[in-house]
Amino acid sequence: MGLVIQSLPYLLLGALQTLKITLVAVALGIILGLIAGMGRLSRRRLTSFLATCYVDFFRGTPLLVQIFIVYYGFPQLLNEGQQFLMANFGLPQVLQTTHIPVFVAATVSTSLNSGAYVAEIFRAGIQSIDRGQVEAARSLGMTERQSMRYIVLPQAFKRVIPPLGNEFIAMLKDTSLLSVIGYVELTRQGQLISAATFRPLEVYFAVALIYLAMTFTISRFVDYLERRLRTGDHDRS
Amino acid sequence: MTMIEVRNLHKSFGPLEVLRGINCTIAAREVVVVIGPSGSGKSTFLRCLNLLERPTKGEVIIDGISLTDPRTDINAVRQEVGMVFQRFNLFPHKTVLENITLAPIKVRRLPAARAEQQALELLTRVGLRDKADSYPEQLSGGQQQRVAIARALAMQPKVMLFDEPTSALDPEMVGEVLAVMKDLAREGMTMVVVTHEMGFAREVGDRVLFMDEGLIVEEGTPDQIFNNCRNPRTKSFLSKIL
Repeated sequence: MGLVIQSLPYLLLGALQTLKITLVAVALGIILGLIAGMGRLSRRRLTSFLATCYVDFFRGTPLLVQIFIVYYGFPQLLNEGQQFLMANFGLPQVLQTTHIPVFVAATVSTSLNSGAYVAEIFRAGIQSIDRGQVEAARSLGMTERQSMRYIVLPQAFKRVIPPLGNEFIAMLKDTSLLSVIGYVELTRQGQLISAATFRPLEVYFAVALIYLAMTFTISRFVDYLERRLRTGDHDRS
Repeated sequence: MTMIEVRNLHKSFGPLEVLRGINCTIAAREVVVVIGPSGSGKSTFLRCLNLLERPTKGEVIIDGISLTDPRTDINAVRQEVGMVFQRFNLFPHKTVLENITLAPIKVRRLPAARAEQQALELLTRVGLRDKADSYPEQLSGGQQQRVAIARALAMQPKVMLFDEPTSALDPEMVGEVLAVMKDLAREGMTMVVVTHEMGFAREVGDRVLFMDEGLIVEEGTPDQIFNNCRNPRTKSFLSKIL
């Protein structure tokens, strides 16, 4: 018990990193997801095809593998690409090092992953809005863009809050995978402490409880938001 | 003066041909009621008049502008053609007032104060001045439909289309909606109304079109249709509903 209390500041520091990377991942994921989600609904074949490829790839492969591709694979691409340009086109060497900082790799891989899930959430949210809403907007002379902006998206946003909350919670837990590339978040911090103290049971149990405290708080907050936003929205279908 | 002209209008959904060559001319200030069995294409016909459905073939001309011409700015034409839906389709996340002012502000670029003043006048006209700040879900069906009419009128359309405006209402609310529509007809609005309310057709309609299987089978004054129809299909339809 004393050990846990002693290492608590370090664990909380790790939890802060976990929270930070999750916030960044989901925030960027929402931007990517909105683009990809609307892309999937696009009437342009190429746009919807590309969006579908993106979503399928990142939802259909393990996050751990995606992290490896970004952290280990991408430097190789940069390196070999540069070699190729230098050899074939006589371009000067631009990058001295092709190593990617861990935080960048962590941000890129988790955001891309989150974006794919958020895209599906937005797509479902937009599609859940009754077609009559768009018809009413269009019959008043609104353009497709205006009816999306003023009528569909505001209603869709309210409906996607619960699934977005779930995505946030899932991502918060999945960031533990970043420990394998040495990103010092909560799980990695636990590993370090456990290795130094040989007390894995207490340490990892404390780690688990900190995750639980975070996810529990978030899910209550989402419930609250959902209740607040319910005004003026009801399902007529 | 001709307000709406429809020439050889066809509409297919896949292999299903819903409209099979509609021709009709509707004059300004005329109230035309479209009746017919379900599946006869009346709603599709109405929805072709503001291009919510794109005709497969044929031409629709409203106030001299061809909707089916690819160069026509369809959003501009829709501003002149108001539509009222069976299920109201009010915007649930906006107040009654915002429902009415949104399109005038965003589409017609009316200053917000003007749009609000106009909306309040329209709400007074449909008897709902006191509901301006309510949300649609707080209103009864009849009230929602009256707001929907006010919302369409706020764009100051030249034509109003009504797609079974009373079919989703409880019987005791039908009257209040029809009353608003009658006022509108009396004020000289050009109206095309798809409805099962034969009383309304008789009282307010200048002309009745009977549709069946994607065609206008018979048309005439309400008196001609309801009292002396010639076509056996019209007869059989009317005998079932009157």
